[in-house]
Amino acid sequence: MEALGPVLQATGLNKSFGALRVAENIDLCLRPGDRHALIGPNGAGKTTLVNILTGRTAPSSGSILLDRVDITRASQRERVRRGLVRTFQINTIFRGLSALENVTLAVAERTGAAANGWSRAYGPADAADEAFGLLEALGLAADALRPVQDLPYGRQRLVEIALALGLKPRVLLLDEPAAGVSSAESDGIISAIEALSTDIAILMIDHDMDLVFRFAKRITVLVRGAVLMEGEAADVAADRRVRETYLGLNA
Amino acid sequence: MPEGATIPHPAVAALARRQTWRAIEALPWVLAVAAYFVFPAYLNLGSQILIMILFTLSLDLVLGYAGIISLGHAAFFGVGAYTAGLLAQAGWVEPISGLIAAGVITGFVGLASGFVILRTHGLTLLMLTLAVAAMLHEIANKAAAITGGTDGLHGMTFTPLLGLFRFDLFGRTAYLYSLAVLLVMFLIARRIVSSPFGRSLAGIRENPIRMQALGAPVSLRLIAIYTVGASMAGIAGALLTQTSQFVALRVLSFEMSGAVLIMLILGGVGRLYGAFVGTAIYMIVQDSAAKTTPYYWYFWLGWLLVLSVLFTRGGLIGVFERARKAVAAWKP
Repeated sequence: MEALGPVLQATGLNKSFGALRVAENIDLCLRPGDRHALIGPNGAGKTTLVNILTGRTAPSSGSILLDRVDITRASQRERVRRGLVRTFQINTIFRGLSALENVTLAVAERTGAAANGWSRAYGPADAADEAFGLLEALGLAADALRPVQDLPYGRQRLVEIALALGLKPRVLLLDEPAAGVSSAESDGIISAIEALSTDIAILMIDHDMDLVFRFAKRITVLVRGAVLMEGEAADVAADRRVRETYLGLNA
Repeated sequence: MPEGATIPHPAVAALARRQTWRAIEALPWVLAVAAYFVFPAYLNLGSQILIMILFTLSLDLVLGYAGIISLGHAAFFGVGAYTAGLLAQAGWVEPISGLIAAGVITGFVGLASGFVILRTHGLTLLMLTLAVAAMLHEIANKAAAITGGTDGLHGMTFTPLLGLFRFDLFGRTAYLYSLAVLLVMFLIARRIVSSPFGRSLAGIRENPIRMQALGAPVSLRLIAIYTVGASMAGIAGALLTQTSQFVALRVLSFEMSGAVLIMLILGGVGRLYGAFVGTAIYMIVQDSAAKTTPYYWYFWLGWLLVLSVLFTRGGLIGVFERARKAVAAWKP
């Protein structure tokens, strides 16, 4: 499958807030099925980069192509519609609704059903059928009808991922998917991520080196808003600069 | 998950069941019809209650389902009331088409103001809803040549309903007309809130930023429901004009916006039936307190509100729901 072109290609992304440069000439390329991690110390600009990619923050310069279409100036909604989807570091699910209702909202947005104000929700062949399938695949079938605020935190993180999957992403940005979760629960989350379809290109942003090296084939290291290095996971782990500037800090 | 599956999963079916009609939903309508026969002397109050229920219901769509807190919902009630009155004075005296015209015009007012103010959130939005209503109130006050100003708008007549039923002195026609309009509007409201669009509003109410990240056109959805709510409030206002043959400046007042908010909170927000319970109780207390202690009825209303806020989370409907759950749980 080497012949596949990039699904997401960011070139020369820059972002400054006044004199402060938070993104400096960042290149990033994801191919279908990629398992890519973005690491870097606190304040390295990881979240800024995610915000630029998803359209929350406009870059000062540079370009982003999704399936060869320029989306640098596209709205969040347009990017989501084209398959660029993210999850959030802190749960941002709909707390008062059940897990099934949560994921149904995502599926209905993708299919366009959510604009329908006249037919009955949860009827035959509804978005909820597909949503339930996603919950089932993530092992959440038994929790489908419980309000998500009553679920253990680790399960809530899975609902967060299910919401993203409901949008049928081509590129999925996972922002610290296991943040704040006990190690027992994080195993379940990692297995769920590993089981995701290989059609999806995944970019994971995380601090947890065990998680990163278990998951990622390629790694981009970000330091002070710029790419320090990008390469195969093993090469990155062996790199002297990375060990000094980043891994060393945590050792 | 097969495409086009005809048998939904039990969990999906369970969600669908939450939306199906329950027997208890017939209760308010049975009571309303019964009241027509039992209290023939109170039909004028009865129509006013039905009209206010419709007005409160329209606020529930906006506030309860979409989470837009409005302190100026009377703007639309008033526009509807004046539209119906002015149309009648201009010779458009057929009531049902007049009602529809008022609903359409108020819908446009809701669309236009929603387009401007729904870009904002929180307190700014709250103040802007207040401002829109205050401006319309002042326009109606100053344009006395058209609206009658503080004297109100009177001297309008309407042709018999469907060409058959005259608006009689006892308010029989007015009551049944109001009940029929309320029923139609309720069916529309219930259909909207149980639709995928209605569910997406619940998502926006819970977490607008997340809905944006799911690719939902959040502002557009809010403007849509605001327009529907405005139109429904306008129909309520028009109904008041047609059944009382009079428009008071009060229909646009802040007092009116406040009262409808209180009625909704009293009954329970985001439940449709909260509008029925809250409005009926508020207006019956108001009516009886005003008869016995004409100067102090606000005092009793104040107590009612304090008690309901302190002890009835989710309004009176919320109390009812918790009681029902407790009974269900208590059974061995």
